[in-house]
Amino acid sequence: MRILVTVKFVPDLQSQRSFTDGAVTRTGDDGTMNELDENAVEAALQLREAAGEGEVYALTVGGDDAVAAVRKALQLGVDHALHVADASVAGSDVFGTAKVLAAAVRKVHDEAPLDLVITGMAALDGLTSMLPTALAAELDWSQLTLASGLTIDGATATVVRNLPDAHETVSAPLPAVVSVTDEANTPRYPNFKLIMAARSKPVTTWTLEDLGVDAATVGAAAARTVVVDASPRPPRENRTVVTDTGEGGAALADFLIERGLA
Amino acid sequence: MSTVAVLVESRDGSVTQPTFEALTLARTLGTPVAVWIGAAPAPAEAARLGIHGAEEVRVVDAGDAARLPAAAAAALGAATADADVVLVISTFVNKEIVTRLALATGAGVVVDASDAEMVDGHVETLQTVFAATWNVRTRIATDKAIVGIRPNTTQASPGETPGAATLVEVAADLPETRELVTGVEPVPAPDGVPLAEAPVVVSGGRGTNGDYTLVRELAELLGGAVGASRDATDEGWISHEHMVGQTGTTVTPALYVACGISGAVHHRGGMQASGTIVAVNIDPDAPIFEIADFGVVGDLGDVIPQAIARIKEVRGS
Repeated sequence: MRILVTVKFVPDLQSQRSFTDGAVTRTGDDGTMNELDENAVEAALQLREAAGEGEVYALTVGGDDAVAAVRKALQLGVDHALHVADASVAGSDVFGTAKVLAAAVRKVHDEAPLDLVITGMAALDGLTSMLPTALAAELDWSQLTLASGLTIDGATATVVRNLPDAHETVSAPLPAVVSVTDEANTPRYPNFKLIMAARSKPVTTWTLEDLGVDAATVGAAAARTVVVDASPRPPRENRTVVTDTGEGGAALADFLIERGLA
Repeated sequence: MSTVAVLVESRDGSVTQPTFEALTLARTLGTPVAVWIGAAPAPAEAARLGIHGAEEVRVVDAGDAARLPAAAAAALGAATADADVVLVISTFVNKEIVTRLALATGAGVVVDASDAEMVDGHVETLQTVFAATWNVRTRIATDKAIVGIRPNTTQASPGETPGAATLVEVAADLPETRELVTGVEPVPAPDGVPLAEAPVVVSGGRGTNGDYTLVRELAELLGGAVGASRDATDEGWISHEHMVGQTGTTVTPALYVACGISGAVHHRGGMQASGTIVAVNIDPDAPIFEIADFGVVGDLGDVIPQAIARIKEVRGS
């Protein structure tokens, strides 16, 4: 079983997140691996462990700081870390990012065939959820997205998709791109031994040239969408918090009635 | 005048409220046409689309294949070849469909938008990001634009000159897909208005200890839907369909009532853009109070019944 997991470097959810020049501010100080990618790493590790053999790659795209995302994946137990670091990638939209990721996946796949690419269901900074589909289309592999369950039987992958109107079961031949939801599993915590081992594991760094990607087809210049303005929302004004001493419920009701909400 | 195609969402054959909201928004961008994927709609439903401004209802009967994003994208693409703008409701499934459509057409895409307008011949959208703490305006630079719009962000209204809503059948050349849907287990429709579309949401979290009686009673009184925190769905107290949060349902009701919910960032991301936020929690340090317009520090079992009684009393007088 050979699996590649894509991981994204994002600002920590608990940090003061912001925009700089139309792009999400990402720094090593408060950046980390996207939390929902932990489910993707966990799914890959569980498949490797169940198979009793195999290799798991973690792949990220981004500036120098983004290496933190694959380092986190190493701490969780993946075997190899890959980092596409190239200034030309900055400002890419989802389609540019998918193109770069697909080129890196193909490079690994050409050395020895991969069975799966596993991603998280969304990145908690952008949350568009479009990347897994774009990556499957770029690779022209099977698309099994939003999986809350994943099983492999021979050369076929089967997932369960819990959609609002129906729970679907979908099967497709390998290789496949699978995105897993946060219902799929409970991610493990890195243990001390793995954290120590991760320190000495190498991270392979690639440029767009290494991947044969024309820099003009990605990055800000090729992006189909442009952020023209980003600003913090003003905090809510006139907030009231009361402590219930026997009249709290009535006060709540009166507030709703005054605002015409009850 | 631009042609603006709106992908219709329906439930048991009836057009959903977010579709009418999208048609209302579409009228401000150009000439709306509705795209219906599935067997032809009942005449009454087509008429309702017309009342909200759809000049045409384009029907693509793609059969069961439309469950797969690649097939649905081909069906949508066949019906929107002439469209300058394609509007869809921003659901997880539609995001997959429009990604495929964008790759096929070269269109630029923004999803989770709360508004869209034409500026100098280009579509610009508004979104909230980072758990609704930032506003972002995005320009779609391509000639063709695809926008995923969130429910409850436009007030639906009938058009001034209702469209004729002519039914037009569109044939689609569906691609061969590797994926095969081998099982479909329908989720029963919620009682009352669905969570994402509800004008009022009353949610319960850990503080309910699994008892949703009061939450449901208040929701019913206010004409709202019942939501829950991740804690509550993880405990199995209530099904996943009720989860409000970044990986569940994102809601923007006029009123959000958080009962016994601490307000972790994952939850806030799914509700922080709501109109008015009210919170009841026993813990005065719960982060939910930082974003609540009105908060009560107290026991749900005391506060909610008293609030219900008071509202009934005022309504009755």
